Amino acid sequence: MQTLPVFSAASAEILTGIMICVTLLAQTFLGDKVKQIAYYLVQISLVAAFILLARELYDPAIITFSGMFDDDAFSRLLKLSICAVSFFVFLYSREYITEKNMPSGEYYILGLSSILGMLVLVSSYNFLTLFMGLELFSLPVYAMVALQRKSVINTEAAMKYFIVGAIGSGMLLYGISMFYGATQSLNFADVAKVVADSSAPQSMLLVFALVFVVSGVAFKLGAVPFHMWVPDVYDGAPTAVTLFISSAPKIAAMAMALRIFVDALPGLVLQWQPILIVLAIFSMALGNIVAIAQSNIKRMLAYSSIAHIGYALLGVIAATDEGYSTAIFYIISYAIMTSGAFGLLTVMSRNGVEIENIADLQGLSDRNPWLAFMMLLVIFSMAGIPPFVGFMAKVAVLEALISVHLVWLAALALLFAIIGVYYYIRVIKVMYFDSSKAKQQAVNLPLDKNIAISVNGLAVLVLGIFPGSLFGLCLSVVHTGF
Amino acid sequence: MEQTIHTLTLLAVLAPLVGSIIVGLLCMRIPKIIAHSITISGVAISFLCSCYIFDMIVLQGYPAVNFIAYDWVTSGSFNLDMGFLVDQLTSVMFLVVTFVSLLVHIYSVGYMAEDSGYARFFSYMSLFTFSMLLLVGANNLIQLFFGWEGVGLVSYLLIGFWYQKDSAANGSFKAFLVNRVGDFAFLLGMAAILDYFGTINYAQIFAQAPTMAATTINIFPHSPWLVVTVICILLFIGAMGKSAQIPLHVWLPESMEGPTPISALIHAATMVTAGVFMIARMSPLFELSDVALSLVLVIGATTALFTGLIAIVQTDIKRIIAYSTMSQLGYMVAANGASAFSAGIFHLLTHACFKALLFLAAGSVIIAMHHEQDIFKMGNLKKYIPTTYVTFLIGALALTAIPPFAGFYSKDAIIEAVSLSTIPGATYSYFCLLLGAFVTGVYTFRLIFVVFHGEEKMSNSLRQVLHESPKTVRFPLIILAIPSVIIGAVLAKPMVYTMMGLLGNSVYVASSHDVAAELAADFPGTFAIIFSGFLHAPFWFAAAGIFVSWYCYVKHPSLPVQVVEKASWAYKACVNKLGFDAFNNIIFVHGLKKFSDFLYYVTDVKWIDGWVVAGSGNGIVRISNLAKKLQSGYLYHYAFAMILGLFGLLIWLLVF
Repeated sequence: MQTLPVFSAASAEILTGIMICVTLLAQTFLGDKVKQIAYYLVQISLVAAFILLARELYDPAIITFSGMFDDDAFSRLLKLSICAVSFFVFLYSREYITEKNMPSGEYYILGLSSILGMLVLVSSYNFLTLFMGLELFSLPVYAMVALQRKSVINTEAAMKYFIVGAIGSGMLLYGISMFYGATQSLNFADVAKVVADSSAPQSMLLVFALVFVVSGVAFKLGAVPFHMWVPDVYDGAPTAVTLFISSAPKIAAMAMALRIFVDALPGLVLQWQPILIVLAIFSMALGNIVAIAQSNIKRMLAYSSIAHIGYALLGVIAATDEGYSTAIFYIISYAIMTSGAFGLLTVMSRNGVEIENIADLQGLSDRNPWLAFMMLLVIFSMAGIPPFVGFMAKVAVLEALISVHLVWLAALALLFAIIGVYYYIRVIKVMYFDSSKAKQQAVNLPLDKNIAISVNGLAVLVLGIFPGSLFGLCLSVVHTGF
Repeated sequence: MEQTIHTLTLLAVLAPLVGSIIVGLLCMRIPKIIAHSITISGVAISFLCSCYIFDMIVLQGYPAVNFIAYDWVTSGSFNLDMGFLVDQLTSVMFLVVTFVSLLVHIYSVGYMAEDSGYARFFSYMSLFTFSMLLLVGANNLIQLFFGWEGVGLVSYLLIGFWYQKDSAANGSFKAFLVNRVGDFAFLLGMAAILDYFGTINYAQIFAQAPTMAATTINIFPHSPWLVVTVICILLFIGAMGKSAQIPLHVWLPESMEGPTPISALIHAATMVTAGVFMIARMSPLFELSDVALSLVLVIGATTALFTGLIAIVQTDIKRIIAYSTMSQLGYMVAANGASAFSAGIFHLLTHACFKALLFLAAGSVIIAMHHEQDIFKMGNLKKYIPTTYVTFLIGALALTAIPPFAGFYSKDAIIEAVSLSTIPGATYSYFCLLLGAFVTGVYTFRLIFVVFHGEEKMSNSLRQVLHESPKTVRFPLIILAIPSVIIGAVLAKPMVYTMMGLLGNSVYVASSHDVAAELAADFPGTFAIIFSGFLHAPFWFAAAGIFVSWYCYVKHPSLPVQVVEKASWAYKACVNKLGFDAFNNIIFVHGLKKFSDFLYYVTDVKWIDGWVVAGSGNGIVRISNLAKKLQSGYLYHYAFAMILGLFGLLIWLLVF
C-alpha cells in the first residue's frame, strides 16, 4: 500500500522550489519595473527557509519519500548553515553584479536553484536522491561561472569546470552503479546492511566501487588530486561567483561525504579511512605549499580552500562521533571565514577597481581601517591563530585524531598549518605595513555591507571565544542524526 | 617568651625594609635629614631587637626558636615557607650585622653629606641590612639564598653607586659575574639537597643527615662520591664566591670602587662573611665529609697567605684593606675547615669590629685627603688627624693580633685549632696561617708607617686644609674602637674556650674533629693567655712582620726599592695579583668571547638561521614554485590527474 510522503519534511525544499519559479516569473515580467526584484525575492526565500528549518531543528528525524529523503537534525543544521551563508553571499554580491552589468536575475535564480540542489543533497537517503541533488547544485554553478559570456576568462573557467565536473560526476555515477550491482539497492540503509554482511568475493567489487565514489566526492570537495579545477575556477569566475562557489557548496559537499561514508558505507570504514588519509595529507601539503607561491589572492584562497578541505577531512578520518561533529564544525566555520574573505574582496571590487592580487590590498588599513581589521580577523582565523574560530576548529579535529591514536597525522597536519601561516600573515603584512604605490581612494561601503561584513568578521572572533554552543550543536546532531 | 622572640625577629628584619622602601620611593622628594632619620631609626630598632634577642638566646640560654612567618610557595608535595630559625648563631650574626650597619649609617651622614645620591644610598644600605638579616635568620636554604642574592644585588648596586665612573660600573659587573659562578654551584648544591633529602628546611635536613652519610653518587662512571661531599663542595663554591676565596676572590678589590662606608659594611664586616656563616650553619653536613672540610681548610689557608702577599705591594689605601679582608676571611674559612666553627664565628665577630673600624678610619683619611687614596701621596698624618690615627692604630693592632686586642684572641684560637686538626692538609694550612700572621704585620704597619708617619708627601695646598673629620664620622670610629680592644677578652672564654660555648648546639662538630674541646682543655684563663700569647708562635710572626715593616719604611726607606729591584719577579707577580686576573681574562673573557663568536656567527647565523630557519623557508618556497607548475592550465592535464589519482587509489587498495 502506497502512503503519501510527508511533505512537511521537505518544506524548505518545496518553498525554495516554488520561490525559484516565482522569482523567474517576477524577473521576467516585473524585472524592468521593480529594480532588484530577483535579489529581494531570493533573500526573502532564504530567510523563510531559514526560519522553517530553525523551527523544526530538534524535531525527530523523518525518512520519507519512499525512503529517499532523510529529514534529520544533521541535515537541518547544515541546511541552516547553507541558507545563512548564502544570504550573506547574495548580500555581498548585489553591487558587484549590478556594476559589472551581469544579468542579475539569472545570478540569483541560478544561485537559488543551486541552493535547492544542495538542500536536496544534504537530505538525501538514497544514491539517486544524492546524485540528483548533486547535479542540481552543480549545473547552475557552471552557468554562473560563465555569466559574463563575453569574458574569455570566465567562459574558459566555466568550460574547464564543466568538463572536469562531468568526469567527476561520471566517476561518482559509475561507483554508484557498482554499489547497486553489489547490493541490489540504492537506499543507504540497505546498502549499509549488505555491505556490513558482505563476504570476501564481493568486497573486491565494493572496494572498486568505493574508489570511484570517493573520487567523485573528492572532486566536489576539491581534494588533491581531484582539485585541479579549484584554482582555475576561483580565479576565472567573477568574484561574486567565486564567493558563492567557495562557501555553501563546501558545506553541501561535506554533507555528501558524511552521508555516503557514515550512512551508507560504515562497513567499509577500514577501506575509506586510508584513502581519506592520503587525500587529506596531499590536500594539506599541496594547498598550503602552493598557496605560498601565489600572488593572485583569489588563487591563493583557492589553494587555501584545498588545504582547509584536508583539515575538515581529518574529522571524518577519525571515524568517531566526535570526529564527525568536528568535521561539521570545521566546515561551517570555514564557510563563515571564506564568505568573509571573498565577501570582502567582492565588496571592495567597486568603481572599476577589481581586487585580484594580494598587492591590491596594500595600505587597506589606511584606506578603511575597519575593513582591514575585519580582513585581519578572517585571515588570522583561517591561519588557525587563537582565539579565532579557525583555531578552535583545528584544535577540535586534531583532538579527534589524537583520541583515536592518529598522533602522527595530527603532527603532520600541524606542520602544514605552520607552513600555511606564512601566506596568511603575508596578506596582513600587505594590508598593514605596505603603503600603496598608487594613491588609491578611500574605500567606502553601503551600510548593509558594512553591517554584514562586521557581523561576519566578529562571528569569527565570537565563535572562537565561545565555541561551546556550536560545538554542542554539531555533536548533538551527530548523536541523533546518524 | 617564644612569641616575644618571634615578634622581635620579624620587627628586626622588617624595620630596615620599611625604611628602605619609604626612602627609596621618595628619594627624589625628601630632604637629606629625613632620609637618614628614617633609615637610621629603622636600623636602630633592628639593633635594639637584636640586642634583646642576643640577651635572651645567647646570654640567658633560652632554647632556639624556629617558626614559619608565612607559606610562600606550595607546589605538590614541595612546601616553601618564609621562616626563621633564631638560635645562638643567628643571634650573634643579628647583633654583628645590625651593630655595624647602625654605625655605618651614622658614619655615612657625614661621609656622604655632599653626595647627590644621598637618599638612594641610605635606601640601599637599609635594603642591604634587611637582606642580610633575612640571610642569617632563614630556617631554610631557599630563604637563605633569597637573602644571599639580595645582598649580592645591593652589593652590585652600591659598588656601582657612582655609576658615571667607568671603573665603578665595571667593578660592579665584575662582582656580579664572579658571584654568579659561585651562586651557580650553590644552586646546584641546593638542588642536590632537595633531590636527596627531599626538603630545604634546615631542621629536616640535619635530622636526616646521619642517615645520608654513606649514600654515594656517580658523577663520573665508576667513581662513587659521597653525596654529602658533593653537596658540601658545591655549597662551598658558593661560599667562595661570596666570601672572596681564591680563585673567586677577584671581585673584592674592584668592589672598592664603591663608597667607603659600603666597603666597611658590605665588603668587610657583613656580606662577605655570609659564606663563613653558611658553612657554620651547614656544619652538620660538612662534618660528615672529611674531603669537603679539607678543601675548605686548604682554600681558606691559601687565601689567607696569598692575598696577604698581594696586599704588601698595593698602594691604594682601600685596596690594601680589601686584600687584608680576603686574608682574614681566609682565616675564618680555615677555622671552619678545621671544625673550629666557634673560633671562625668569633673571628668573624672581632673582624667585623676592627675591619669596619679600619675602613671607616680609612674613609676618614680619604675625606681629609680630599679623595686621594694613594698612600705614597700621604705621610705624617698623625699630626693632622689624631683621632683617626689612634683609632686606626687600634684597628691595626687588632688586625695584627697583638695581645690583648680583639684580633689576638680569635686569630690565636684559629691557628691553634688548625695546628690541632688532623684532617688532610692541616699541616700545610698551619704554615700558611703562620706565615699569614707575619704578612699581616708587614702590610698593616706598612700602611700605618707610610700614611701616618714619615715625610709629608702631599701638596702644600692640601696640607693647609688638612683637618679632622666631622663628628658623625669620628663617633662611629670611637664606638668601634672599644669592641676592637675589649671584645676578644670579654668573649674569648665563653665563646671558644668553653665546652658548648656561646654558639651552643647551633653548630655541630663531630667528636673526631673536636679541636675546640682540646683548646678549651688547655685554656689558661682570659688574662693568663695574654701573657702566654707572647710565647705563641703567631705573636712572634706578627711582631716580626711589624719589625720588618718598621725597618723598611721608617728606618731604611730605600730598602723596599732595592728589594723590588733584586726580586723583581716576585714583586711583579704580586703586583699582577698572582696572575688571577690575567688568567681569567685570557681563559674566560677572551675564550668565552671566541666561543660566543663561534656560537653566534657559525652556529646561530649560519646553521640555525641560515640553514634551519631561512633554509626551511626557502626550501618551502622553492617547492611551492615547483609545485605551482603542476597547475598547467590544460584541461587534459586536469583530467589526467584525476584519472591518475583514481587509478593510483585503485591499485593501492586492490593490489596491496
